[in-house]
Amino acid sequence: MATQMAKDPQKTAVTTELQVISGNALDIPMYQLLKEDGTVHKGVKLPEIGKELALKMFSTMQFIRILDERMIAAQRQGRISFYLSSLGEEAAAIGSAAALKFEDMIMGQYREQGALAFRGFTIDQFMNQLFSNELDLGKGRQMPVHYGCADLNFMTISSPLGTQIPQATGYAYGQKQSGDKTCTLCYFGEGAASEGDFHAGLNMAAVFKVPVIFFCRNNGYAISTPANEQFAGDGIAPRAVGYGMKAIRVDGNDIFAVYQAVQEARRLAVEENEPVLIEAMSYRMAGHSTSDDPSGYRSKEEEEARRKREPMIRFRNWLVKQGWISEEEADAQMQQHKEEVLAALKRAETVAAPHVDEIIVDVYDEPTQALKDQLEALKAHIRQYPDAYPATSGGVK
Amino acid sequence: MAKMNLLQAINSALDVAMAKNDKVSVFGEDVGHFGGVFRATSGLQQKYGRSRCFNTPLVEQGIIGFANGLAAQGSFPVAEIQFGDYIFPAFDQIVNETAKFRYRSGNEFNVGGLTIRTPYGGGIHGGHYHSQSPEAYFAHTPGLKIVVPRNPYQAKGLLLSAIFDPNPVLFLEPKRLYRAAVGEVPEEEYTLPIGKAEVVQEGTDITVVGWGAQVEVIERAAELAKKDGVSVEIIDLRSILPWDVDTVAQSVMKTGRMVVSQEAPHTMAFGSEVAATIQEKCFLYLESPVMRASGLDTPYPLAHEKEYFSDHLKTYEMIKRSLNY
Ligand SMILES: Cc1ncc(C[n+]2csc(CCOP(=O)(O)OP(=O)(O)O)c2C)c(N)n1
Ligand SMILES: [Mg+2]
Repeated sequence: MATQMAKDPQKTAVTTELQVISGNALDIPMYQLLKEDGTVHKGVKLPEIGKELALKMFSTMQFIRILDERMIAAQRQGRISFYLSSLGEEAAAIGSAAALKFEDMIMGQYREQGALAFRGFTIDQFMNQLFSNELDLGKGRQMPVHYGCADLNFMTISSPLGTQIPQATGYAYGQKQSGDKTCTLCYFGEGAASEGDFHAGLNMAAVFKVPVIFFCRNNGYAISTPANEQFAGDGIAPRAVGYGMKAIRVDGNDIFAVYQAVQEARRLAVEENEPVLIEAMSYRMAGHSTSDDPSGYRSKEEEEARRKREPMIRFRNWLVKQGWISEEEADAQMQQHKEEVLAALKRAETVAAPHVDEIIVDVYDEPTQALKDQLEALKAHIRQYPDAYPATSGGVK
Repeated sequence: MAKMNLLQAINSALDVAMAKNDKVSVFGEDVGHFGGVFRATSGLQQKYGRSRCFNTPLVEQGIIGFANGLAAQGSFPVAEIQFGDYIFPAFDQIVNETAKFRYRSGNEFNVGGLTIRTPYGGGIHGGHYHSQSPEAYFAHTPGLKIVVPRNPYQAKGLLLSAIFDPNPVLFLEPKRLYRAAVGEVPEEEYTLPIGKAEVVQEGTDITVVGWGAQVEVIERAAELAKKDGVSVEIIDLRSILPWDVDTVAQSVMKTGRMVVSQEAPHTMAFGSEVAATIQEKCFLYLESPVMRASGLDTPYPLAHEKEYFSDHLKTYEMIKRSLNY
């Protein structure tokens, strides 16, 4: 079924010169269109993104900024148990999602809330998941930020790292079989790329020639572990070559470059059944999560230096210069997002926890008799000790 | 003696082991300079250098495969898996390699120097993937030893035994108690025996068995039972594999009743093994069937964590059921 024959060992060229190929033989530059100050590199043509789409991308970016900021604060106040910010990486998620078709599947790691927001996940949907309430699509079962939404073609996040990578290959294989001209985009971190599942997923995608885009967010850290302790080579992108796969390295903080890279990758994936590995270079400006304090492993100076390259200012400056938004309008939009976030937060907070009956639902398509018995015993127990189970006792009168 | 929490006790055990034998090394995700996400290895890289305490790439199967090789070479690797929930990429290395290294080679080779440390268990709002109790998967694997401490004193003594035990040991740390459990711990080296249970509280009416963080839950249940005039004997297994059948059987022959209280989902949890064995050994002494208080047969939920959990109230109710059978 592979369209290209595997290399025949009999046809390998012969050399009498002992060649030791350097581990750094590939040194891939990163594709950039917008400079850090928001001006465009000389002579480049920006992707054709109209005003409407550009403003949607920007508004989503501002929304995610404020959502992240407010939810970290909410975690500090004890209102939610956990949060994970995408500060500094918004362009990578939003620029890539914007270059896809809505029908394409997205599989995330956990720091791609921008892609989900771009797809149309509402502020209330975000909040309901973060508060694990009865309106959460995931029924309050997973930790905050483990979003998922079938209607938006966004696969539910799973904490174990890298697992979505071979799944993306399988999903894309199905898409190819169905002939519907869609692809799967799979996000993961440069840390997760060390997992065995990364190798499995990429190798299989290359062998099967499936329409999948592997989108690695190289943000320099996996919790405390810097990229230079994660791998010895030139990052993630060159690995594609070993699999016989196409690769692009892009500035993840340049939303135009990301958009262009994914647009081309999508064309290759869907039109030519060529899987593509994209490595988006960025920086995790926040702590790993609210459970983390980066001061234990990196300096303020490093953070300051990287802050200068963050993606939002760059895009904003370009939009302002373009005359598509004014400074005042941008600020007002941010303020509006902030008010909406706060209002949604208050709404979600007062929504009840999922009913206790939900606890056995979805283990299988139908609860087994054993599960039904366990639920009945649990409810009898809650009736006996209602004060010990305040989240659900109201529902088991 | 010094006051230590469970993490500090683990850190102290690692420190003692590394000072004692320079073939002891400590590694895993984020364990190096940063000292681990829970800080169990904090200060060790600074003290023993980067070659003996270091970060690994983010790959559990690699960590354990690497550790197997290092142990086969004659070292004492102490590999950390950041959360018990993330041990499964290494399942093959542990179950097919670690556990069978000695047997399959006719003892030409072994990985007895290996210790795998990992935090397990719920009660920290961790949802599906920061809460599981995976001991039963591994208890089904001949060749492994499995140890679960419940307090700082045990943690240090058992970890030192595990590191120098001539067999590979999976050391499961109750993360809920990492900072919550505080106690007096000797600063110097000492060991506690692997495979030996501890009678935590003597009693006459019923035996309640548990391990790790669940022992604290059982103690609370026993307090409730005491108000009803019930005298509970509490046994902490401390080791899941091998487990101390004799201590438990002797207790049950005295009390005539037994409850196992465990965090893991009910079906095929390690309590099933304890129940089956005790029914075999103590059938004529039992006044009621061995009962189990366990987690539900569902993935570990977030919003319904309290409901899922086999807490002190459920354990207490199980004690009553056994007594009123
Ligand atoms: C299999 C597995 N091992 C370990 C973890 C714990 N963990 C969660 S996030 C993380 C770091 C991931 O880094 P990276 O992939 O670079 O993504 P980033 O957080 O930088 O976005 C680790 C080690 C996990 N979730 N799953
Ligand atoms: Mg990273």
